[in-house]
Amino acid sequence: MAKPNKNKYAKPKNTKKTFFRLLSYLAKQKWLLLPVFLLVALSTAGMVSASYFLKVLIDDYLTPMISVGLANADFTPLFKLLGVMATVFLLSALASYGYARIMLQLSQSTVKLLRHDLFEATEALPISYFDTHTHGDMMSRFTNDVDTVRNFLSTGFVQTLSSLLSILSTSIMMLVLSWRLSIVMAVGVLCMSLIIRFLGKKSARYFRKQQAALGKANGFIEEMIEGQKVIKVFNHEKKSQEDFKELNEALRHAATNAATFGSILWPIVGNFSHLVYTLVAVSGGAFVIGNVLTIGTVASFLQYTRSFIDPLVNLTQQFNNILSALAGAERIFDVIDQKAELDDGYVTLVNARYSANGTLEECKEHTGIWAWKHIHQEDGSVTYKKLEGDVQFEHVHFSYDGKKEILHDVSLYAKPGQKIALVGSTGAGKTTITNLLNRFYEIESGKIRYDGINIQKIKKDDLRRSLSTVLQDTHLFTGTVEENIRYGNLDATREDVIAAAKLSGADDFIRHLPEGYDTVITGDGSNLSQGQRQLLAIARAAVVDPPVLILDEATSSIDTRTESIIEKGMDRLMQGRTVFVIAHRLSTVRNANAILVLENGRVIERGDHEDLLSQKGRYYKLYTGQFELS
Amino acid sequence: MHKLFPYAKAYRIHSIICPFLMIAEVIFELFIPYYMADIIDVGIAEANMPYILRTGAKMLTFALCALICGASAARLSSIAAMGLGANVREAMFGRMQEFSFANIDKFSTASLVTRMTTDVTTVQNVYQMLLRMTFRAPVQFVSALILCFRINRKVSVVFLFVIPLIVCFMLIFGPLAMKRFKKMMGMFDGLNASLQENLIGIRVVKAFAREPFEKQKFEKANSNLVNAAISAERLMVTAQPLMMLVLYATILVIVYLSSRLIVAGELEIGKFTTVVTYIMQILMSLVMIAMLLVNYVLARASISRICEVLNEEPQIKDKENADTAPIPTGSVEFKDVSFKYNPEGAENVVDHVSFSVKSGETIGIVGGTGSAKTTLLSLIPRLYDVTEGEVLVSGKNVKDYSIETLREACSMVLQKNVLFSGSILENLRWGNENATKEEIIEACKAAQAHDFIESFPDGYETDLGQGGVNVSGGQKQRLCIARALLKKPRILILDDSTSAVDTITDSKIRAAFRKEIPDTTVFIIAQRITSVMDADKIIVLNSGKIEDMGTHEELLERCPVYEEIYLSQQKGTLQQEGGLSDGKTE
Repeated sequence: MAKPNKNKYAKPKNTKKTFFRLLSYLAKQKWLLLPVFLLVALSTAGMVSASYFLKVLIDDYLTPMISVGLANADFTPLFKLLGVMATVFLLSALASYGYARIMLQLSQSTVKLLRHDLFEATEALPISYFDTHTHGDMMSRFTNDVDTVRNFLSTGFVQTLSSLLSILSTSIMMLVLSWRLSIVMAVGVLCMSLIIRFLGKKSARYFRKQQAALGKANGFIEEMIEGQKVIKVFNHEKKSQEDFKELNEALRHAATNAATFGSILWPIVGNFSHLVYTLVAVSGGAFVIGNVLTIGTVASFLQYTRSFIDPLVNLTQQFNNILSALAGAERIFDVIDQKAELDDGYVTLVNARYSANGTLEECKEHTGIWAWKHIHQEDGSVTYKKLEGDVQFEHVHFSYDGKKEILHDVSLYAKPGQKIALVGSTGAGKTTITNLLNRFYEIESGKIRYDGINIQKIKKDDLRRSLSTVLQDTHLFTGTVEENIRYGNLDATREDVIAAAKLSGADDFIRHLPEGYDTVITGDGSNLSQGQRQLLAIARAAVVDPPVLILDEATSSIDTRTESIIEKGMDRLMQGRTVFVIAHRLSTVRNANAILVLENGRVIERGDHEDLLSQKGRYYKLYTGQFELS
Repeated sequence: MHKLFPYAKAYRIHSIICPFLMIAEVIFELFIPYYMADIIDVGIAEANMPYILRTGAKMLTFALCALICGASAARLSSIAAMGLGANVREAMFGRMQEFSFANIDKFSTASLVTRMTTDVTTVQNVYQMLLRMTFRAPVQFVSALILCFRINRKVSVVFLFVIPLIVCFMLIFGPLAMKRFKKMMGMFDGLNASLQENLIGIRVVKAFAREPFEKQKFEKANSNLVNAAISAERLMVTAQPLMMLVLYATILVIVYLSSRLIVAGELEIGKFTTVVTYIMQILMSLVMIAMLLVNYVLARASISRICEVLNEEPQIKDKENADTAPIPTGSVEFKDVSFKYNPEGAENVVDHVSFSVKSGETIGIVGGTGSAKTTLLSLIPRLYDVTEGEVLVSGKNVKDYSIETLREACSMVLQKNVLFSGSILENLRWGNENATKEEIIEACKAAQAHDFIESFPDGYETDLGQGGVNVSGGQKQRLCIARALLKKPRILILDDSTSAVDTITDSKIRAAFRKEIPDTTVFIIAQRITSVMDADKIIVLNSGKIEDMGTHEELLERCPVYEEIYLSQQKGTLQQEGGLSDGKTE
């Protein structure tokens, strides 16, 4: 996987396509680019004319006036010139204000749109994408990559344009003035470009090294903080300090070189431009002596030489900016272009009630009865089927990567209200089965039916709304306890939330929190214990009031006593619901209607507790502790 | 900034020479416009080739000197600034190693990492800028001003009006811009935080079909950020053309004043163009000073974040004359011990606990979530310090030993097992760096880890990957136990560290303890009663208090909490002893 920092200097793969695509983001405001272009041109013209103005002033006004002396000099034409210049300068300043305002609006709204699209795409990505990309990588697209694009749009774009325009206009002026001196100049500029290129390459190389060293140090610090307790218990502080010293030294070395080459550019290039200046002056002098050029021409040419260098250096720097902006844009588009989670379902979940003649009909208000609204594709007729929670897997095959099959020919069923326990060692496929029911992943072959409907026909959101999941890793969001529970069902009232908390057994500890239900949870619930977080996650699932529950039991964070408190609540919650439990604790499975023992992606045993024990197979071994569970 | 100066001490010479070099560079550069003017005014005007060459040579010499000064200053400042950064990082890391958990909890991992990387980077960059610009900009400003006045006093009077104007302008704009940019940064942090949460919890988001809700949340944060950014940048967008206007106006006024003087013969044309060049330099240096201030203020936030870490007093320290002699026995005594994480907190987490344990005994600890089992035992190796009462090891208060000695004698296998990147062998050596291969194998055999290690193709050289991802939960726990055994501790604490190990292996491990380390005091925190029922004593904890203490049989008889736990597990685990069928109790 690409490390974010490596891409800073990465070259975009398809420059042209990315560039035009980025332009398309300006879409509605594309016409604004025209005024920007004109305004930049105007402002650049103002700046270029400033140096031309000095030449005109000296040659056409001051020199003749000196010859007539102060007493006879007429200052009126000079005033007029100053007036013209004042107007030009004012216009130029206004123009630069104008384009800057437009570009600010343009760049910010483009960046907003980019972020928006990127987020929409992210939310639509299938889970498998997150399995293969780290959070850091995704974050870096939202921050670093969006920022390089913003940087380019807000300053780089205009700077490039104005540098190009001033270089272009100055070159034309120089060519018009003297082609001979232009050649001399060209040689100087060429040498300078080579130096810039050399330094730029060196600096980029050391910069990459620095970023790599920084990444390593970063990783080390993270690992050491995470393992702080172990370090302390083993008195390992000195050793890890030494290891860090080594990494830190490497970082210092790389950073020093990167910083040197970064800051050395200006003194070298700036002073090298004096060499070019002298070169032009000397050859100009020779031409004057040889009567090839006039003194005035050489003098003006020298003025232009000075105004040529700055935009040139600027342009080379902008060039790097453009490349990284395009590389950044490419990484953003890469996410946007990812295949979104497939959602072609058309069966929806609606509130329903029984009509007078006993048939189901759709209604607006919440009735507690839900129905699948199935619009048949052939004839457009609509049927309603009550949501009951009947689940069936028929010969399901599945693999995460299309190569290694994880589930082989799995068939299972759960009648409404049944509790199904999945048992087996790590990697047997328990979690995978629940992930397929959620349609987090697409199956290879076979069918999964929900109330008799193939789940591929069900709209994903509705499918997931009808299921409630408690995952092994509990994730909480910044917000109050109440908001976190309500996450399961945004329509829930405070009473609903409290009822759900009571059901899951979380109410007790929540009331002991400093602010009760209004206690703010931060940092993924780091101020709560594992068991408490688990309880909240269960309450969150309870508030949904779903017909089907998926529980991935925590391995060891909840002790048996707390678990029994939860179990009591769960028993109430499970009334009339279909439940899939990934069981890590044998005590859990005893109450199950059916136990499925999985091994290597196959169901090897099925039956209730008594049946399976009498079979004396794998379950028996697991149950008697002869086999490791996790 | 001065708080961090001590860390630049090693680079004192660099830091002192650099500004001088920068000043030298400025002075050399100041002469260059002079010679440029001379080349036009004298050399070209008179077509005097030798003069052009001579002046050109002089100019190039100065340029070369400026280049050398500038380049060496760049190098020196890089060395000093990056050196400062490295020293600060090292100091922070060192300080972090001394932190107690209370300290670390205060900052959180992510924030510590940012402080050590992003913040330090900001500081070292600003330091480099300070070294190069603090003197350069003012010197450039003053000397260009002086030269202007030397060329012509009458013309230069304009600066007396313009400069205060610009300074006023900066004083008004600066703080305003700063405020708005700070607000923008806050919005940015907010957006990132919610983004990160979303990414980490993506499964939850999807499982509850909350994408629309999350999108709404993000959209709001996005809009807020963009609005704050626009309001901040608008100031810059306005300020820039205004500065340009001031620059242009100054040039026009000076042109007017100079023309009169030129026509009157009081000022040469070449000198006039030089003055125009200096105007640019004066204004540029003002902008530079403004930028320096802005960067310094921005860095101040980073500096204070760094100092927070450096100044954080480790809460657990060696006392003076701490005892460093090896601890002779493994006896432990708690005398009316109370503990709370937050000294201001109302409720004690551990509440007036007293008990004593003889060296070599095995103690089981059971209790519900939040009953403070882990916290209680963390007090022995001083992972936390007691709030009240005292903990004695081998008859002496734990605070009287040096921390190193104490922890050397006390091995703790944590609930959250951590293995580090590297091979199995490397990880085991954490326990004892000088352990021989025989000792390691012996420890692994006791922890029932030897067989599975040998079953790996690379055996003890198997690479574990970051966080030990390449072994299963049960294997990881056994490796951690082996690692702890290698320390040959006086006291061994197992914090629910066999939860993923099957019951038979679990009992084999305990049997090995009895045989291999009979003199070591063993504490076992467990969920499974079977893991502790053969212990010499079992402590039943409830909300930080000792509910009861005694042997398995005693407790069954008199402690209802214990009995309840036992009975609930009984059904699931009894079968091991052979009483199959439907889970009746004994």
